[in-house]
Amino acid sequence: GPLWERPLMEVRLGELHTWLSTCSFSPQGLLGAVQKAWSSYCARYIHVRQGAPAGISMLLAGYCLLSYGWNYQHLSKASLGSPH
Amino acid sequence: VLHTTRPLHTTQQSLAPVPPLPEKGGEVRHGLIPEEFFQFLYPKTGVTGPYMLGTGLLLYLLSKEIYVINHETAAAACILGVIVYGIKKFGADVAAFADKLNEEKVATALAMKNEAIQALQTAIEEEKKEQWRVEGRSYLFDAKRNNIAMLLEANYRERLLMVYNEVKKRLDYQVAMQTLKRQKEQDHMIQWVEKNVVQSITPQQQKESIAKCILDLKALSKSAHAAV
Repeated sequence: GPLWERPLMEVRLGELHTWLSTCSFSPQGLLGAVQKAWSSYCARYIHVRQGAPAGISMLLAGYCLLSYGWNYQHLSKASLGSPH
Repeated sequence: VLHTTRPLHTTQQSLAPVPPLPEKGGEVRHGLIPEEFFQFLYPKTGVTGPYMLGTGLLLYLLSKEIYVINHETAAAACILGVIVYGIKKFGADVAAFADKLNEEKVATALAMKNEAIQALQTAIEEEKKEQWRVEGRSYLFDAKRNNIAMLLEANYRERLLMVYNEVKKRLDYQVAMQTLKRQKEQDHMIQWVEKNVVQSITPQQQKESIAKCILDLKALSKSAHAAV
């Protein structure tokens, strides 16, 4: 279909910036995008007959990475401040 | 609040029956990286591409101290080890248990559905039977009509009998009165005649009649003696 109706996975790398210009960055648009992403993730990995640990483990790994990123300043300062 | 002016069921799409869940989720390698990533890199770098990318990234992060190694690293490694061991050992059992629970739920729902279907079937059969019974209406009403006619007839005859009895009683009474009156008159007349006759017999006539009787008796006895 046309460019602005395709999901992100089917957009080629060259058309990425045009695709970004077509999507709406208003609060409702962003909220809608977040909701769509979350529901597609759920439908893909969580709402299945035979669930696997991959469903939650990916969420936990993402959480680990995010928290490491947020605390990076503090962690690097701690390691440099006390080098044994 | 139901807006009754809004048209309902305008499209073919409906929420039931709900489409069934897919059997297995998306493929994930090593529990962390979805398979799509490997497929994405396969045309350019082959099978080992993502692994080389991962190793290079890890070495870069470690050498540039973007990922610092401290006590938390050791703790994370131990925790990960225990989790992986637990999943590998007890995963199948837990999955079987959950599947059993699901099965039971589905079985109860199915049983309810079957029961409901059964009940409706019996209801349908009962209804058909009732409809067949309705055809016998005419017989029922004929029987009722006969019953009522018989009741009316019996009542009418009962009343006729009552009337007849009452009239007979009254007539019998009249007849009895008349016979009694006649009898009384008769008795009275007889008595009166007897009384008068007895009164009219004077002593003179009595003596004459006795003497006549004695003479007659003597004559009779003489004729009887002669006959013997």
